[in-house]
Amino acid sequence: MTIAPDSILIKNIKERFGPSILDTIIFRDEVTHLIRKDSLLEICGFLKMDSELQFNFLSDIAAVDYFPQRPRFEVVYHLYSIPKKHRLGLKVKVEDGEVVPSVTSLWNSANWAEREAYDMFGIRFEGHPNLKRIYMPEDWEGFPLRKDYPLKGYKDQYNPYGEEKK
Amino acid sequence: MGIIKSPLEGVVQFTTLDDIVELTGRTAAALAKTTGVDVVVDSVVNWGRRSALWPMTFGLACCAIEMIAAGCSRYDTDRLGIVFRPSPRQSDVIIIAGTMTKKIAPAVKRVYDQMAEPRWVIAQGGCASAGGPYNTYSVVQGTDLVIPVDVYIPGCPPRPEALLYGFLQLQEKIKKEMPSVFARYEVKA
Amino acid sequence: MQNNEEIETKEITLSMGPQHPSTHGVLHLLLDMKGEKVIRAYPDIGYLHRGTEKIAENLLYHQFVPYTDRLDYMCGMSNNLAYVHAVEKLLGIEITERAKYIRVIAAELSRIAGHLLCIGAWALDLGAMTVLLYAFREREMVLDLFEMICGARMTHNYLRVGGVRYDMQPAFREKCLEFADLLPRRVNDYEQLLTENRIWLKRNKGVGVISAEDAINLGMSGPILRSTGVKWDIRKDAPYLVYDRFDFDIPVGEKGDCFDRYTVRMEEMRQAARIIKQALAQMPDGKPCVDMPDVVLPPRMEIETNMEALIHHFKLVSHGFKAPKGEAYSSIESPKGEIGFYIVSDGSERPFRLKIRAPSFVNLQAVDTMCRGGYLADVVAVISSLDPVFGEADK
Repeated sequence: MTIAPDSILIKNIKERFGPSILDTIIFRDEVTHLIRKDSLLEICGFLKMDSELQFNFLSDIAAVDYFPQRPRFEVVYHLYSIPKKHRLGLKVKVEDGEVVPSVTSLWNSANWAEREAYDMFGIRFEGHPNLKRIYMPEDWEGFPLRKDYPLKGYKDQYNPYGEEKK
Repeated sequence: MGIIKSPLEGVVQFTTLDDIVELTGRTAAALAKTTGVDVVVDSVVNWGRRSALWPMTFGLACCAIEMIAAGCSRYDTDRLGIVFRPSPRQSDVIIIAGTMTKKIAPAVKRVYDQMAEPRWVIAQGGCASAGGPYNTYSVVQGTDLVIPVDVYIPGCPPRPEALLYGFLQLQEKIKKEMPSVFARYEVKA
Repeated sequence: MQNNEEIETKEITLSMGPQHPSTHGVLHLLLDMKGEKVIRAYPDIGYLHRGTEKIAENLLYHQFVPYTDRLDYMCGMSNNLAYVHAVEKLLGIEITERAKYIRVIAAELSRIAGHLLCIGAWALDLGAMTVLLYAFREREMVLDLFEMICGARMTHNYLRVGGVRYDMQPAFREKCLEFADLLPRRVNDYEQLLTENRIWLKRNKGVGVISAEDAINLGMSGPILRSTGVKWDIRKDAPYLVYDRFDFDIPVGEKGDCFDRYTVRMEEMRQAARIIKQALAQMPDGKPCVDMPDVVLPPRMEIETNMEALIHHFKLVSHGFKAPKGEAYSSIESPKGEIGFYIVSDGSERPFRLKIRAPSFVNLQAVDTMCRGGYLADVVAVISSLDPVFGEADK
């Protein structure tokens, strides 16, 4: 299955939200839209409600750290439509310290996924009901999946092979 | 305060009640050693302890599945007197089956502390022995950084046979222990 | 007694786990209780967070395959498959027909192994220990089959980028066919023990109910979503490998309670046996790997006898291969649900970022919805029916 440029995944969204879509990437038959952060909720709402698209299933939210590029982070939403059987990716770029609107109001599954992104990268989601660390202990310092965090972590009583804390 | 006449050490001065207990123990130990009773007591107690090693079911990760497999139909540890117990109060051995992270380490320590003496620890698999393939920020690099370990079993995960062999090794170790009170007292030859 | 005042029950918070015989690993549940009723369940996870995603960023593409075994360790082959599938998508490789069939067999066997353990542990948690012992009898058979094809029981590292590591032997074929014939009969045996068992019905029927709408909204997938009546299976809806060539059914439930999840899993095991039989019958001849020396390792025998092959092996193992710049998300149907790998490549030999969409992680979110208003004893049934594996939930 190849994606035509006039596929509903591209056409319907571009028609409606033309200026908010910064880029459309088609790679290995996957469509990913890079969109403006402030129109994320609006676009997601449309994607979920539109009768032709019906993206009712949020597979996953992934954050990517492009340190030292700016803006530093990218948050990727993988959407799926169970009735229509198609997939779509959405991307927003975020600078360190900025907030992303939370999509928990649209898909409950975003709850833990956003907490994970916060725990691992320190990206804050605005409007999230319970934005706490999910994997690491509450008192953990730093965000492990950031590129400037060492793989072996910092030295402590449980990890004699870690790096010295600066 | 007073003096006591010991059959072995003559007249001994004592100040507290503990001194009497100490003296009695020393005397009994000396008698046991000269008559060879201590070896018999030790071997009987050790036989009892090693023949009913009850491990605790505390699965941490992948190795737990092999631990369950060891306890189930094909390998059947029950025939060796190894019966899995779900409570630390009832068990003698804790098998650290899997990767121990920094978040779970306090819980493992606590469970270990809840176990009654005598207690032994088996570190099953690479992760529990030395961090295994996970040399990362969140993993404890070996169980021995948290609790003392008696037997290390290599493998990722070790086969149930390896776990059984680990138990046999632990039994060998227990055989050499001196659990009787006599071992506590030094006796002049 | 004249006092008709209601006895006031104080709310308490009960901490269940991380060491608890029936939390399936290291789940920590905080339960707000009013008497025996659960008002709110709050799962606390992360006790097995090993930093797999961070490790992936520091490893070559093929070096990460063994780590995927240790994600969902009950069914390592499915994880292998999901990962190599994603890398192949990124590289744009089309594998050989024979490899596709071998992969299907491996994935379905691991589905059986996963479901057997799920049903066994579930029955054990609800007090029927016999089923666990029977389930392990069959699981050992599956593990023996795995040992025949790759030499490992649980952590196989068998599926590689570009195909599978070793070809399937005729002896395996026979044994596998034997097992596929035997399994449905054995599943009937479990059904005799459980399906009409009064205790089993009391503890599972109407317990942990979730509606289809809630399940989709919460991101449930796999048997849990199908138990609510939503017929979504990636094997049917977006067929990967050669699943479109097999004749099999997708079992669905109606009510979305624990009992439906049980029946869906039982039926899935029978269907998996059916797929295996068809795959063995249709198995074509050919190579188990694609002919791409820059991605695929030379066969083991050649490494030991041929100098060039040894050098090639050394070069590939130490330097790896480069992937084109881009991003790929690929998901397959694992026993637990949709397992997806999202790989961002910057054009080097290592993934720039690898994100695992772990079904157990997402499915665990439903604990609160399912437990609310139920009894404390039902929490055990709910957790067992969700079948979380913490290797993948915590990553």
